[in-house]
Amino acid sequence: MTTTANHRPAATFADLPGLMSLMTGDDKHDQAATSTLDVLWVLYDRVLRVTPQTAGDDARDWFLLSKGHGPMAYYAVLAAKGFVDPGDLSSFGAFHSALGLHPDRTLIRGVEISSGSLGHGLPLAAGVALGLRARGLTDSRVFVLVGDAELDEGSNHEAIAFARAARLDTLHVVVVDNSSSTYGWPGGVEARFAVEGWSVRRVSGRDHDALETALTAPHPGRPHLVAAVVEPKYAQAQPASSAATAR
Amino acid sequence: METMRERFAAVTSGLLASDPRLAVVLADISADAFGPAAARFPDRVINVGIREQLLISVTGGLSLAGMRPIAHTFASFLVERPFEQIKLDLTHQAAAGGAVLVSSGASYDYADNGRTHQSPGDVALLGTLPGWTVHVPGHPDEAERQIRAAARGGGLVYVRLSTDANTVPLDGEPGRLTVLRSGRQGTVLAVGPLADAVVDATLGFDVTVLYAATIRPLDAATLRDSLQAPSVVLAEPYLAGTSVPAVAEALRDIPHRILGLGVGRHELRRYGTPAEHQAAHGLDPRSLRAAIGSFLRI
Repeated sequence: MTTTANHRPAATFADLPGLMSLMTGDDKHDQAATSTLDVLWVLYDRVLRVTPQTAGDDARDWFLLSKGHGPMAYYAVLAAKGFVDPGDLSSFGAFHSALGLHPDRTLIRGVEISSGSLGHGLPLAAGVALGLRARGLTDSRVFVLVGDAELDEGSNHEAIAFARAARLDTLHVVVVDNSSSTYGWPGGVEARFAVEGWSVRRVSGRDHDALETALTAPHPGRPHLVAAVVEPKYAQAQPASSAATAR
Repeated sequence: METMRERFAAVTSGLLASDPRLAVVLADISADAFGPAAARFPDRVINVGIREQLLISVTGGLSLAGMRPIAHTFASFLVERPFEQIKLDLTHQAAAGGAVLVSSGASYDYADNGRTHQSPGDVALLGTLPGWTVHVPGHPDEAERQIRAAARGGGLVYVRLSTDANTVPLDGEPGRLTVLRSGRQGTVLAVGPLADAVVDATLGFDVTVLYAATIRPLDAATLRDSLQAPSVVLAEPYLAGTSVPAVAEALRDIPHRILGLGVGRHELRRYGTPAEHQAAHGLDPRSLRAAIGSFLRI
Protein backbone atom coordinates (compact mmCIF):
# COMPACT_ATOMS: atom_id res chain seq x y z
CA MET A 1 0.00 0.00 0.00
CA THR A 2 1.51 3.33 -1.01
CA THR A 3 1.39 6.23 1.34
CA THR A 4 0.37 9.74 0.53
CA ALA A 5 2.50 11.61 3.03
CA ASN A 6 4.64 13.19 0.32
CA HIS A 7 1.93 14.88 -1.67
CA ARG A 8 -0.89 15.67 0.70
CA PRO A 9 -1.05 18.12 3.60
CA ALA A 10 -1.51 16.55 7.02
CA ALA A 11 -5.11 15.51 7.44
CA THR A 12 -7.16 16.65 10.41
CA PHE A 13 -10.13 15.30 12.32
CA ALA A 14 -12.33 17.46 10.12
CA ASP A 15 -11.24 15.46 7.09
CA LEU A 16 -12.57 12.16 8.44
CA PRO A 17 -16.25 12.54 7.46
CA GLY A 18 -15.18 13.16 3.89
CA LEU A 19 -12.96 10.11 3.90
CA MET A 20 -15.74 8.00 5.35
CA SER A 21 -18.13 9.23 2.70
CA LEU A 22 -15.84 7.67 0.07
CA MET A 23 -16.81 4.28 1.51
CA THR A 24 -20.49 4.89 2.06
CA GLY A 25 -21.38 7.55 -0.48
CA ASP A 26 -23.01 9.45 2.35
CA ASP A 27 -21.68 12.42 4.28
CA LYS A 28 -23.97 11.78 7.23
CA HIS A 29 -23.39 8.86 9.54
CA ASP A 30 -25.43 7.76 12.48
CA GLN A 31 -23.69 7.73 15.81
CA ALA A 32 -23.32 3.98 15.93
CA ALA A 33 -21.28 3.97 12.74
CA THR A 34 -18.88 6.50 14.21
CA SER A 35 -18.78 5.33 17.83
CA THR A 36 -15.07 4.60 17.51
CA LEU A 37 -14.09 7.61 15.41
CA ASP A 38 -12.86 9.96 18.15
CA VAL A 39 -11.00 7.23 20.03
CA LEU A 40 -9.29 6.05 16.87
CA TRP A 41 -8.31 9.59 15.94
CA VAL A 42 -6.86 10.41 19.36
CA LEU A 43 -4.92 7.14 19.36
CA TYR A 44 -3.35 7.67 15.94
CA ASP A 45 -2.98 11.45 16.23
CA ARG A 46 -1.73 11.79 19.80
CA VAL A 47 -0.89 8.48 21.45
CA LEU A 48 0.44 5.70 19.22
CA ARG A 49 4.09 5.76 18.27
CA VAL A 50 3.67 4.23 14.84
CA THR A 51 3.67 5.61 11.31
CA PRO A 52 3.40 4.00 7.89
CA GLN A 53 7.20 4.10 7.82
CA THR A 54 7.64 2.35 11.18
CA ALA A 55 4.80 -0.18 10.88
CA GLY A 56 6.38 -3.57 11.42
CA ASP A 57 9.41 -2.20 13.28
CA ASP A 58 10.30 -3.70 16.65
CA ALA A 59 10.23 -0.22 18.23
CA ARG A 60 6.60 0.68 17.72
CA ASP A 61 3.32 0.76 19.58
CA TRP A 62 0.70 -1.79 18.58
CA PHE A 63 -2.97 -1.11 17.95
CA LEU A 64 -5.38 -4.02 17.66
CA LEU A 65 -8.94 -3.31 16.51
CA SER A 66 -10.81 -6.16 18.14
CA LYS A 67 -14.28 -4.90 17.24
CA GLY A 68 -13.70 -5.44 13.55
CA HIS A 69 -17.17 -4.62 12.28
CA GLY A 70 -18.00 -1.11 11.15
CA PRO A 71 -14.37 -0.43 10.15
CA MET A 72 -15.07 2.71 8.08
CA ALA A 73 -13.87 4.98 10.88
CA TYR A 74 -10.70 2.87 11.19
CA TYR A 75 -10.01 2.99 7.46
CA ALA A 76 -10.67 6.73 7.40
CA VAL A 77 -8.14 7.30 10.18
CA LEU A 78 -5.62 5.00 8.50
CA ALA A 79 -6.11 6.97 5.28
CA ALA A 80 -5.71 10.28 7.09
CA LYS A 81 -2.45 9.03 8.58
CA GLY A 82 -1.04 7.63 5.37
CA PHE A 83 -1.41 3.87 5.97
CA VAL A 84 -4.12 3.57 3.31
CA ASP A 85 -4.37 5.40 -0.01
CA PRO A 86 -7.56 7.52 0.15
CA GLY A 87 -8.10 6.57 -3.47
CA ASP A 88 -8.68 2.97 -2.35
CA LEU A 89 -11.50 3.82 0.05
CA SER A 90 -14.17 3.76 -2.65
CA SER A 91 -13.38 0.08 -3.27
CA PHE A 92 -14.64 -0.74 0.25
CA GLY A 93 -16.04 -4.25 0.37
CA ALA A 94 -15.35 -5.11 -3.27
CA PHE A 95 -13.84 -8.45 -4.33
CA HIS A 96 -10.40 -7.08 -5.14
CA SER A 97 -10.35 -4.47 -2.38
CA ALA A 98 -7.93 -4.64 0.56
CA LEU A 99 -10.63 -2.94 2.62
CA GLY A 100 -13.25 -5.45 3.71
CA LEU A 101 -16.14 -5.19 6.11
CA HIS A 102 -13.73 -6.80 8.56
CA PRO A 103 -10.01 -5.90 8.32
CA ASP A 104 -7.36 -8.35 7.11
CA ARG A 105 -3.87 -7.75 8.48
CA THR A 106 -2.25 -9.37 5.45
CA LEU A 107 -3.86 -6.84 3.11
CA ILE A 108 -3.31 -3.49 4.88
CA ARG A 109 0.00 -2.16 6.15
CA GLY A 110 -0.13 -1.29 9.82
CA VAL A 111 -3.19 -3.39 10.62
CA GLU A 112 -1.94 -5.65 13.41
CA ILE A 113 -4.72 -8.24 13.48
CA SER A 114 -7.44 -9.57 11.25
CA SER A 115 -10.66 -9.24 13.19
CA GLY A 116 -14.40 -9.62 12.86
CA SER A 117 -15.26 -12.51 15.16
CA LEU A 118 -15.72 -10.91 18.58
CA GLY A 119 -13.61 -11.66 21.61
CA HIS A 120 -10.26 -12.30 19.95
CA GLY A 121 -8.42 -8.97 20.12
CA LEU A 122 -7.92 -8.66 23.86
CA PRO A 123 -6.64 -12.23 24.33
CA LEU A 124 -4.35 -11.79 21.32
CA ALA A 125 -3.13 -8.48 22.75
CA ALA A 126 -2.22 -10.25 25.98
CA GLY A 127 -0.08 -12.63 23.94
CA VAL A 128 1.54 -9.75 22.05
CA ALA A 129 2.38 -8.02 25.33
CA LEU A 130 3.90 -11.26 26.64
CA GLY A 131 5.91 -11.68 23.46
CA LEU A 132 7.25 -8.13 23.56
CA ARG A 133 8.22 -8.62 27.20
CA ALA A 134 10.00 -11.88 26.39
CA ARG A 135 11.93 -10.11 23.66
CA GLY A 136 12.86 -7.22 25.93
CA LEU A 137 10.79 -4.72 23.90
CA THR A 138 9.25 -3.19 27.01
CA ASP A 139 8.99 0.33 25.57
CA SER A 140 6.39 -0.85 23.06
CA ARG A 141 2.83 -0.42 24.24
CA VAL A 142 -0.15 -2.47 23.13
CA PHE A 143 -3.58 -0.89 22.71
CA VAL A 144 -6.72 -2.85 21.89
CA LEU A 145 -10.18 -1.46 21.12
CA VAL A 146 -13.14 -3.51 22.30
CA GLY A 147 -16.87 -2.80 22.20
CA ASP A 148 -19.06 -2.98 25.29
CA ALA A 149 -21.23 -5.63 23.65
CA GLU A 150 -18.14 -7.51 22.59
CA LEU A 151 -17.36 -7.94 26.29
CA ASP A 152 -20.22 -10.45 26.32
CA GLU A 153 -17.74 -12.95 24.86
CA GLY A 154 -16.26 -15.00 27.68
CA SER A 155 -12.84 -15.10 26.07
CA ASN A 156 -12.36 -11.48 27.14
CA HIS A 157 -12.85 -12.39 30.76
CA GLU A 158 -10.21 -15.11 30.56
CA ALA A 159 -7.81 -12.39 29.41
CA ILE A 160 -8.93 -9.73 31.90
CA ALA A 161 -8.21 -11.99 34.87
CA PHE A 162 -4.92 -13.27 33.46
CA ALA A 163 -3.52 -9.90 32.32
CA ARG A 164 -3.50 -8.50 35.83
CA ALA A 165 -2.02 -11.68 37.30
CA ALA A 166 0.72 -11.53 34.67
CA ARG A 167 1.27 -7.82 35.41
CA LEU A 168 0.95 -6.86 31.75
CA ASP A 169 1.60 -3.16 32.27
CA THR A 170 2.16 -2.46 28.57
CA LEU A 171 -1.41 -3.58 27.82
CA HIS A 172 -4.08 -0.92 27.30
CA VAL A 173 -7.73 -1.69 26.59
CA VAL A 174 -10.20 0.91 25.33
CA VAL A 175 -13.80 -0.15 25.63
CA VAL A 176 -15.96 2.05 23.43
CA ASP A 177 -19.19 1.90 25.40
CA ASN A 178 -22.30 2.71 23.37
CA SER A 179 -24.55 0.74 25.69
CA SER A 180 -25.12 -1.98 23.12
CA SER A 181 -24.53 -5.02 25.34
CA THR A 182 -27.83 -6.87 25.61
CA TYR A 183 -27.70 -7.28 29.37
CA GLY A 184 -25.35 -4.43 30.26
CA TRP A 185 -22.60 -4.20 32.86
CA PRO A 186 -23.73 -3.21 36.37
CA GLY A 187 -21.28 -0.66 37.73
CA GLY A 188 -20.03 0.06 34.21
CA VAL A 189 -17.72 -1.95 32.01
CA GLU A 190 -14.79 -0.72 34.09
CA ALA A 191 -16.05 -2.64 37.12
CA ARG A 192 -15.13 -5.93 35.39
CA PHE A 193 -11.56 -4.74 35.05
CA ALA A 194 -11.31 -2.95 38.40
CA VAL A 195 -12.25 -6.06 40.34
CA GLU A 196 -9.24 -7.79 38.82
CA GLY A 197 -6.95 -4.95 39.87
CA TRP A 198 -6.60 -3.10 36.58
CA SER A 199 -6.00 0.63 36.46
CA VAL A 200 -9.31 2.07 35.12
CA ARG A 201 -10.54 5.40 33.76
CA ARG A 202 -13.98 6.39 32.50
CA VAL A 203 -14.21 9.32 30.11
CA SER A 204 -16.32 10.76 27.34
CA GLY A 205 -15.52 8.99 24.10
CA ARG A 206 -15.96 12.30 22.27
CA ASP A 207 -13.61 14.48 24.36
CA HIS A 208 -10.20 14.34 22.70
CA ASP A 209 -8.26 15.93 25.54
CA ALA A 210 -9.90 13.70 28.13
CA LEU A 211 -9.23 10.63 25.98
CA GLU A 212 -5.58 11.55 25.56
CA THR A 213 -5.17 12.10 29.28
CA ALA A 214 -6.85 8.81 30.13
CA LEU A 215 -4.99 6.80 27.50
CA THR A 216 -1.59 8.09 28.62
CA ALA A 217 -2.17 8.01 32.39
CA PRO A 218 0.58 6.15 34.30
CA HIS A 219 -0.33 2.68 35.59
CA PRO A 220 2.85 1.04 36.88
CA GLY A 221 2.68 -2.71 37.28
CA ARG A 222 -0.90 -3.01 36.04
CA PRO A 223 -2.76 -3.17 32.75
CA HIS A 224 -4.91 -0.14 31.98
CA LEU A 225 -8.55 0.20 30.96
CA VAL A 226 -10.23 3.26 29.50
CA ALA A 227 -14.00 3.17 29.22
CA ALA A 228 -14.82 5.64 26.44
CA VAL A 229 -18.50 6.42 26.73
CA VAL A 230 -20.42 7.52 23.64
CA GLU A 231 -24.06 7.91 22.70
CA PRO A 232 -26.16 4.77 23.18
CA LYS A 233 -26.55 2.69 20.06
CA TYR A 234 -30.27 2.39 20.72
CA ALA A 235 -31.09 6.00 21.43
CA GLN A 236 -34.76 5.30 22.06
CA ALA A 237 -33.82 3.09 24.99
CA GLN A 238 -31.61 5.61 26.69
CA PRO A 239 -31.23 9.37 26.13
CA ALA A 240 -27.83 10.46 24.88
CA SER A 241 -27.50 13.00 27.68
CA SER A 242 -27.24 10.17 30.22
CA ALA A 243 -24.47 8.36 28.38
CA ALA A 244 -21.62 9.61 30.54
CA THR A 245 -23.31 8.39 33.71
CA ALA A 246 -25.21 5.42 32.32
CA ARG A 247 -25.25 2.27 34.47
CA MET B 1 9.20 -46.66 29.02
CA GLU B 2 9.26 -42.89 29.36
CA THR B 3 6.03 -41.46 27.98
CA MET B 4 5.90 -39.09 25.03
CA ARG B 5 4.53 -36.42 27.35
CA GLU B 6 7.46 -36.76 29.74
CA ARG B 7 9.87 -36.61 26.82
CA PHE B 8 8.10 -33.51 25.49
CA ALA B 9 8.53 -31.66 28.78
CA ALA B 10 12.19 -32.64 29.11
CA VAL B 11 13.14 -31.87 25.52
CA THR B 12 11.25 -28.59 25.35
CA SER B 13 12.69 -27.42 28.67
CA GLY B 14 16.14 -27.94 27.15
CA LEU B 15 15.24 -26.14 23.94
CA LEU B 16 14.13 -23.08 25.91
CA ALA B 17 17.73 -22.63 27.04
CA SER B 18 19.14 -22.63 23.53
CA ASP B 19 16.44 -20.71 21.60
CA PRO B 20 15.44 -17.29 22.99
CA ARG B 21 12.47 -17.06 20.59
CA LEU B 22 10.84 -20.23 21.94
CA ALA B 23 7.94 -19.92 24.40
CA VAL B 24 5.70 -22.51 26.03
CA VAL B 25 2.07 -21.77 26.87
CA LEU B 26 0.21 -24.02 29.29
CA ALA B 27 -3.27 -24.23 30.79
CA ASP B 28 -2.36 -25.91 34.09
CA ILE B 29 -1.90 -29.34 32.44
CA SER B 30 1.78 -30.39 32.70
CA ALA B 31 2.61 -27.20 34.63
CA ASP B 32 4.47 -29.27 37.22
CA ALA B 33 6.64 -30.88 34.55
CA PHE B 34 7.57 -27.41 33.30
CA GLY B 35 8.11 -26.02 36.81
CA PRO B 36 11.92 -25.88 36.64
CA ALA B 37 11.80 -24.31 33.17
CA ALA B 38 9.24 -21.76 34.37
CA ALA B 39 11.49 -20.78 37.26
CA ARG B 40 14.42 -20.29 34.89
CA PHE B 41 12.49 -18.61 32.04
CA PRO B 42 9.49 -16.91 33.67
CA ASP B 43 8.79 -14.74 30.61
CA ARG B 44 8.79 -17.72 28.23
CA VAL B 45 6.96 -20.44 30.18
CA ILE B 46 3.48 -19.03 30.58
CA ASN B 47 0.67 -20.77 32.43
CA VAL B 48 -2.66 -19.03 31.76
CA GLY B 49 -4.63 -21.23 34.16
CA ILE B 50 -7.66 -23.22 33.07
CA ARG B 51 -8.40 -20.90 30.16
CA GLU B 52 -8.12 -22.70 26.85
CA GLN B 53 -9.44 -19.94 24.60
CA LEU B 54 -6.78 -17.71 26.11
CA LEU B 55 -4.20 -20.48 25.74
CA ILE B 56 -4.58 -20.38 21.97
CA SER B 57 -5.04 -16.62 21.63
CA VAL B 58 -1.96 -15.90 23.74
CA THR B 59 -0.10 -18.35 21.53
CA GLY B 60 -1.28 -16.37 18.50
CA GLY B 61 -0.23 -13.09 20.09
CA LEU B 62 3.22 -14.42 20.93
CA SER B 63 3.62 -15.45 17.32
CA LEU B 64 2.55 -12.03 16.06
CA ALA B 65 5.15 -10.51 18.38
CA GLY B 66 7.91 -12.59 16.83
CA MET B 67 8.12 -15.61 19.12
CA ARG B 68 7.91 -19.32 18.24
CA PRO B 69 5.22 -20.52 20.67
CA ILE B 70 4.37 -24.07 21.71
CA ALA B 71 0.96 -24.55 23.34
CA HIS B 72 0.09 -27.70 25.23
CA THR B 73 -2.80 -29.35 27.02
CA PHE B 74 -5.02 -32.39 26.52
CA ALA B 75 -6.19 -32.81 22.92
CA SER B 76 -9.83 -32.32 23.85
CA PHE B 77 -9.06 -28.91 25.35
CA LEU B 78 -6.30 -27.92 22.92
CA VAL B 79 -8.10 -28.54 19.64
CA GLU B 80 -11.80 -29.13 20.19
CA ARG B 81 -12.69 -26.56 22.83
CA PRO B 82 -10.88 -23.51 21.34
CA PHE B 83 -11.18 -24.50 17.70
CA GLU B 84 -12.23 -21.06 16.47
CA GLN B 85 -9.15 -19.58 18.14
CA ILE B 86 -7.05 -22.09 16.18
CA LYS B 87 -8.87 -21.13 12.99
CA LEU B 88 -8.51 -17.38 13.48
CA ASP B 89 -5.74 -16.56 15.96
CA LEU B 90 -3.23 -19.11 14.66
CA THR B 91 -4.25 -19.83 11.07
CA HIS B 92 -6.03 -16.76 9.70
CA GLN B 93 -3.63 -14.25 11.29
CA ALA B 94 -0.83 -15.86 9.25
CA ALA B 95 1.85 -14.68 11.66
CA ALA B 96 5.36 -15.28 10.37
CA GLY B 97 6.33 -17.26 13.46
CA GLY B 98 3.57 -19.84 13.08
CA ALA B 99 2.78 -21.99 16.10
CA VAL B 100 3.16 -25.48 17.52
CA LEU B 101 0.40 -27.36 19.30
CA VAL B 102 1.42 -30.40 21.34
CA SER B 103 -1.44 -32.45 22.77
CA SER B 104 -1.60 -35.41 25.08
CA GLY B 105 -4.49 -37.71 25.83
CA ALA B 106 -5.16 -38.76 22.22
CA SER B 107 -8.35 -40.76 21.55
CA TYR B 108 -8.57 -42.86 24.69
CA ASP B 109 -5.41 -42.52 26.80
CA TYR B 110 -7.77 -41.49 29.60
CA ALA B 111 -10.28 -44.24 28.89
CA ASP B 112 -11.47 -44.26 32.49
CA ASN B 113 -12.21 -40.51 32.35
CA GLY B 114 -14.94 -40.97 29.78
CA ARG B 115 -15.89 -38.97 26.71
CA THR B 116 -14.90 -35.55 28.09
CA HIS B 117 -11.20 -36.42 27.94
CA GLN B 118 -11.25 -38.29 24.64
CA SER B 119 -10.47 -36.49 21.40
CA PRO B 120 -10.73 -38.78 18.38
CA GLY B 121 -11.78 -35.85 16.17
CA ASP B 122 -8.72 -33.60 16.54
CA VAL B 123 -6.93 -34.58 13.32
CA ALA B 124 -10.14 -34.34 11.30
CA LEU B 125 -10.83 -30.88 12.69
CA LEU B 126 -7.36 -29.58 11.86
CA GLY B 127 -7.84 -31.09 8.40
CA THR B 128 -10.46 -28.41 7.72
CA LEU B 129 -7.78 -25.71 8.01
CA PRO B 130 -5.00 -24.88 5.54
CA GLY B 131 -1.31 -25.22 6.25
CA TRP B 132 -1.16 -27.58 9.22
CA THR B 133 1.47 -30.29 9.51
CA VAL B 134 0.13 -33.12 11.68
CA HIS B 135 2.50 -35.50 13.43
CA VAL B 136 1.22 -38.67 15.12
CA PRO B 137 4.36 -40.11 16.70
CA GLY B 138 4.37 -43.79 17.56
CA HIS B 139 7.33 -43.66 19.93
CA PRO B 140 8.90 -41.10 22.31
CA ASP B 141 12.00 -40.93 20.10
CA GLU B 142 9.85 -39.96 17.13
CA ALA B 143 8.02 -37.39 19.23
CA GLU B 144 11.35 -35.89 20.29
CA ARG B 145 12.57 -35.57 16.70
CA GLN B 146 9.28 -33.96 15.63
CA ILE B 147 9.21 -31.54 18.55
CA ARG B 148 12.81 -30.46 17.98
CA ALA B 149 12.14 -29.87 14.28
CA ALA B 150 8.90 -28.00 15.00
CA ALA B 151 10.57 -25.77 17.58
CA ARG B 152 13.33 -24.64 15.25
CA GLY B 153 11.20 -24.53 12.11
CA GLY B 154 8.27 -22.35 11.11
CA GLY B 155 4.68 -22.87 10.12
CA LEU B 156 1.77 -24.51 11.86
CA VAL B 157 2.54 -27.87 13.45
CA TYR B 158 0.40 -30.23 15.52
CA VAL B 159 2.06 -33.04 17.48
CA ARG B 160 -0.37 -35.62 18.86
CA LEU B 161 1.18 -37.46 21.79
CA SER B 162 -0.27 -40.59 23.33
CA THR B 163 0.52 -43.05 26.09
CA ASP B 164 0.19 -45.87 23.58
CA ALA B 165 3.46 -46.49 21.70
CA ASN B 166 5.20 -49.01 19.49
CA THR B 167 8.12 -50.99 20.94
CA VAL B 168 10.68 -49.31 18.68
CA PRO B 169 10.74 -46.15 16.55
CA LEU B 170 9.77 -46.80 12.93
CA ASP B 171 10.13 -43.39 11.34
CA GLY B 172 12.56 -42.70 8.53
CA GLU B 173 12.98 -39.48 6.61
CA PRO B 174 10.90 -36.75 8.29
CA GLY B 175 7.46 -36.43 6.77
CA ARG B 176 7.83 -39.54 4.63
CA LEU B 177 6.09 -42.89 4.88
CA THR B 178 8.25 -45.84 5.90
CA VAL B 179 7.84 -49.10 4.00
CA LEU B 180 7.77 -51.76 6.72
CA ARG B 181 6.97 -54.64 4.39
CA SER B 182 6.18 -55.15 0.69
CA GLY B 183 3.43 -57.35 -0.69
CA ARG B 184 1.18 -57.88 -3.71
CA GLN B 185 -2.40 -57.98 -2.39
CA GLY B 186 -2.81 -54.43 -1.13
CA THR B 187 -1.43 -51.75 1.14
CA VAL B 188 -2.07 -51.20 4.82
CA LEU B 189 -1.09 -47.75 6.11
CA ALA B 190 -0.57 -47.74 9.87
CA VAL B 191 -0.48 -44.39 11.65
CA GLY B 192 1.51 -43.71 14.82
CA PRO B 193 1.03 -46.04 17.79
CA LEU B 194 -1.14 -48.49 15.81
CA ALA B 195 1.86 -49.82 13.90
CA ASP B 196 2.68 -52.73 16.19
CA ALA B 197 -0.94 -53.89 16.11
CA VAL B 198 -1.05 -53.64 12.30
CA VAL B 199 2.22 -55.56 11.92
CA ASP B 200 0.85 -58.31 14.17
CA ALA B 201 -2.46 -58.31 12.34
CA THR B 202 -0.90 -58.77 8.91
CA LEU B 203 1.57 -61.57 9.73
CA GLY B 204 1.51 -64.00 6.83
CA PHE B 205 -0.48 -61.64 4.58
CA ASP B 206 1.09 -60.78 1.20
CA VAL B 207 0.57 -57.02 1.70
CA THR B 208 2.58 -53.84 1.80
CA VAL B 209 2.65 -52.24 5.25
CA LEU B 210 3.44 -48.54 5.40
CA TYR B 211 4.06 -46.48 8.51
CA ALA B 212 3.20 -42.82 8.99
CA ALA B 213 4.45 -40.73 11.91
CA THR B 214 3.33 -37.68 9.93
CA ILE B 215 -0.13 -37.82 8.35
CA ARG B 216 -0.49 -34.22 7.05
CA PRO B 217 0.67 -33.59 4.50
CA LEU B 218 0.36 -37.18 3.34
CA ASP B 219 3.44 -38.54 1.56
CA ALA B 220 1.62 -39.34 -1.68
CA ALA B 221 4.84 -40.18 -3.54
CA THR B 222 5.78 -43.12 -1.33
CA LEU B 223 2.19 -44.35 -1.26
CA ARG B 224 2.08 -44.38 -5.07
CA ASP B 225 5.61 -45.72 -5.58
CA SER B 226 4.99 -48.68 -3.27
CA LEU B 227 1.52 -49.46 -4.60
CA GLN B 228 1.28 -52.99 -6.06
CA ALA B 229 -2.49 -53.54 -5.82
CA PRO B 230 -4.84 -50.52 -5.72
CA SER B 231 -6.53 -51.46 -2.45
CA VAL B 232 -5.57 -49.41 0.61
CA VAL B 233 -6.50 -49.94 4.24
CA LEU B 234 -5.92 -47.03 6.59
CA ALA B 235 -5.47 -47.79 10.29
CA GLU B 236 -5.65 -44.52 12.23
CA PRO B 237 -5.67 -44.14 16.03
CA TYR B 238 -8.32 -41.42 15.81
CA LEU B 239 -11.62 -40.96 13.98
CA ALA B 240 -12.09 -43.68 11.35
CA GLY B 241 -11.80 -42.40 7.80
CA THR B 242 -10.00 -39.17 8.71
CA SER B 243 -7.37 -39.61 5.99
CA VAL B 244 -9.50 -41.34 3.36
CA PRO B 245 -9.85 -38.09 1.37
CA ALA B 246 -6.07 -37.58 1.45
CA VAL B 247 -5.46 -41.10 0.14
CA ALA B 248 -8.15 -40.68 -2.49
CA GLU B 249 -6.51 -37.46 -3.64
CA ALA B 250 -3.11 -39.18 -3.82
CA LEU B 251 -4.61 -41.92 -6.00
CA ARG B 252 -7.05 -39.76 -7.96
CA ASP B 253 -5.90 -41.05 -11.36
CA ILE B 254 -5.87 -44.72 -10.30
CA PRO B 255 -9.08 -46.75 -9.88
CA HIS B 256 -8.80 -47.86 -6.25
CA ARG B 257 -10.57 -49.04 -3.13
CA ILE B 258 -10.05 -47.60 0.37
CA LEU B 259 -11.09 -48.88 3.80
CA GLY B 260 -10.73 -46.41 6.67
CA LEU B 261 -10.28 -48.09 10.04
CA GLY B 262 -10.05 -46.08 13.23
CA VAL B 263 -11.99 -44.89 16.24
CA GLY B 264 -15.73 -45.12 15.74
CA ARG B 265 -17.98 -42.09 15.71
CA HIS B 266 -20.42 -43.63 18.20
CA GLU B 267 -19.97 -42.93 21.90
CA LEU B 268 -18.93 -46.03 23.81
CA ARG B 269 -20.00 -44.73 27.25
CA ARG B 270 -17.47 -47.14 28.78
CA TYR B 271 -14.53 -46.56 31.11
CA GLY B 272 -11.76 -49.13 31.64
CA THR B 273 -8.37 -49.13 29.89
CA PRO B 274 -6.96 -47.88 26.58
CA ALA B 275 -6.51 -51.51 25.50
CA GLU B 276 -10.19 -52.18 26.09
CA HIS B 277 -11.14 -49.11 24.04
CA GLN B 278 -8.76 -50.10 21.27
CA ALA B 279 -10.48 -53.48 21.05
CA ALA B 280 -13.94 -51.94 21.31
CA HIS B 281 -13.16 -49.83 18.24
CA GLY B 282 -11.85 -52.86 16.34
CA LEU B 283 -8.22 -51.75 16.47
CA ASP B 284 -6.73 -54.73 18.33
CA PRO B 285 -4.65 -57.15 16.18
CA ARG B 286 -7.38 -59.79 15.96
CA SER B 287 -10.08 -57.34 14.80
CA LEU B 288 -7.66 -55.58 12.43
CA ARG B 289 -6.69 -58.93 10.86
CA ALA B 290 -10.33 -59.78 10.23
CA ALA B 291 -11.13 -56.39 8.71
CA ILE B 292 -7.99 -56.20 6.57
CA GLY B 293 -8.29 -59.81 5.37
CA SER B 294 -11.93 -59.33 4.43
CA PHE B 295 -11.35 -56.09 2.53
CA LEU B 296 -8.28 -57.38 0.68
CA ARG B 297 -9.94 -60.77 0.06
CA ILE B 298 -7.08 -62.68 1.64
